[in-house]
Amino acid sequence: MQPPRPANGSGTSTPVLAPGHTFGSITDKISSIVLARKTTRGWMLGLAVSFALVMVLFASLGYLIVRGTGIWGINAPVMWGFAIVNFVWWIGIGHAGTLISAILLLLKQPWRTSINRFAEAMTLFAVACAGIFPLMHMGRPWFFYWLTPYPNTMGLQPQFRSPLVWDVFAVTTYLLVSLMFWYVGLIPDMATLRDRAKNRAAQIVFGFLAMGWRGSAKHWFRYEQAYLLLAGLATPLVVSVHTVVSFDFAVAILPGWHTTIFPPYFVAGAIFSGFAMVLTLSIPIRSIYGLQDFITLRHLDNMAKIILATGMLVSYGYAMEGFMAWYGGNEFEQYVALNRLFGPYAPVYWLLLACNVISPQIFWFKRFRQSIPVLFVVSLIVNVGMWLERFIIVVTSLHRDYLPSSWDMYYPTFWDWATYIGTIGLFVCLLFLFVRFLPMISIFEMRALQSEVQGKEQTT
Amino acid sequence: MPQIFHRSFNTISRLTIFGSLFVLAGIFWAGNVYVRSDYVTGVGEARDQPVPFSHQHHVAGLGIDCRYCHTTVESSAFAGIPPTRTCINCHQQIWAKSPMLEVVRESWRTDESIPWRRVHNLADFAYFDHSIHVKKGMGCATCHGPVHQMPLTWQHASLHMEWCLECHRHPERHIRPRDEIFNMEWVPPRDGGKLAAKLIDEYQVRSTKTDCSTCHR
Repeated sequence: MQPPRPANGSGTSTPVLAPGHTFGSITDKISSIVLARKTTRGWMLGLAVSFALVMVLFASLGYLIVRGTGIWGINAPVMWGFAIVNFVWWIGIGHAGTLISAILLLLKQPWRTSINRFAEAMTLFAVACAGIFPLMHMGRPWFFYWLTPYPNTMGLQPQFRSPLVWDVFAVTTYLLVSLMFWYVGLIPDMATLRDRAKNRAAQIVFGFLAMGWRGSAKHWFRYEQAYLLLAGLATPLVVSVHTVVSFDFAVAILPGWHTTIFPPYFVAGAIFSGFAMVLTLSIPIRSIYGLQDFITLRHLDNMAKIILATGMLVSYGYAMEGFMAWYGGNEFEQYVALNRLFGPYAPVYWLLLACNVISPQIFWFKRFRQSIPVLFVVSLIVNVGMWLERFIIVVTSLHRDYLPSSWDMYYPTFWDWATYIGTIGLFVCLLFLFVRFLPMISIFEMRALQSEVQGKEQTT
Repeated sequence: MPQIFHRSFNTISRLTIFGSLFVLAGIFWAGNVYVRSDYVTGVGEARDQPVPFSHQHHVAGLGIDCRYCHTTVESSAFAGIPPTRTCINCHQQIWAKSPMLEVVRESWRTDESIPWRRVHNLADFAYFDHSIHVKKGMGCATCHGPVHQMPLTWQHASLHMEWCLECHRHPERHIRPRDEIFNMEWVPPRDGGKLAAKLIDEYQVRSTKTDCSTCHR
């Protein structure tokens, strides 16, 4: 016999669901955000600003298609530049959503329940933003289908020995599995919204999306099976997608890239930045929509712990890069390490160390893990730090490789920044639409959590 | 609570979901057929020319060798379109007054080229050299088809890259002895495999022929 555990699943005092909630109050609270709550001025303003940034994105992509990739700062030897920096950054951010929804589900962590829905949405939107960059970086994006193996008139197949091709498969699989996972999880809630909707249009739209869900025992049985299977499919993706992304670098023979530590180091970095982004989003959302009962300090505290742990892993990665450069005795690797520390991009590198190594250390203290302003600020710092990390990886290795005669500097142009900021606008815009039109917290899973909490309270 | 959707929606949604798979497969299949169709590639379409020149008559009927007109086929990338002088060599005597040949005579008088319409137009990003193909044992008919049966010339092959690669990957299916290059009716001997292996060795047909930069320079 195991000793009875406290209702919230661990020893801490803050629960995963504030006390006093019933099935009805949970359903009311979450579904009313979509169905009953008036469209506020703040929401309209936020959507307008982010939509304006989406227009900036479209304008810069349109100009890119007309003029070609020459409008970006990329040139020999730094051919990758912002496009790849932003791609890796966005893909990494998505990883927290998959980790929360799949791995924490299989590990039966009750604190995932209230954050998994919008973390998954965040994953999808981040992957959408990420996909734009390699697509546009191809130069002729209308030939994107050449990346796939199909019986073409060229008699050619993609080069399967190239990690860039693995990347295509990894990212499309990731997008599809994330989309299915998110949608399957939404189906029972769609039915709830369909049944509670007052106006005809909402009934039809939610009814359509609910795919005939009636909540019968058979439906629930199939749902549980499908959801577990998808979780099983998504779990390896948490590790594999960013591993393949890291192969884009590690399989190349460039000093600073050609190292075996890249896959685990990239995965840790992805989860690090992903959880930072979940924090960045959940803190304003819970206060604006009054969801402090559902996304409690317990959630924020746990996420801060994960940020601390993955931050330590990433720091270990930096330390090992430096150590191996010295211990390996390869003068080119040594030069990359020195060039990062003292070369022309040194300020970026030091800033990255400050953001990613130093700032998360504050989460050793519970007082700061539970302080909203500290959490919010550190999460933003980590997001910036992880972006800088990708910049350092992409740019410092490329701009000075083996041959000093081909060394050059990379500077982003106006259009690099416009495209990047535009994708942030797209991400935020999609989130605004999501919180307005879909239940941002899983209603039925919260009800299950409530019954679990209550049941345990009665037995103890 | 009243039903939002009619009962028939169950069937309709099943049909559309499963049907969409077939529709997508059909679109994919149709696309593949379309890009290879003669409509897109122009294969088999006899081109109108300013003078209705017949290879059938000149090659099969009169027995003129390809190289009489296409003089540089063995030595240069371009096989060569004959100058009007080549026509006039014979046609100052034969059919010298034929109204059909007025364009040729006018070209001869004015020193302006006859505006022939090109039949085989390979994409500019593909480098092609006639001389090396002739040297390595590729017959004219391998790519240009039975030219001696064409009253007006048409394109015989798709010129798709997969068509080039079929031969670059399997030259043994098409290689022939050098002295049969201009023979329009050559067929490989019964045990062609042995001959092909011997010729590939003798003419040094190398594996670099499928490198990207062999054709895209």
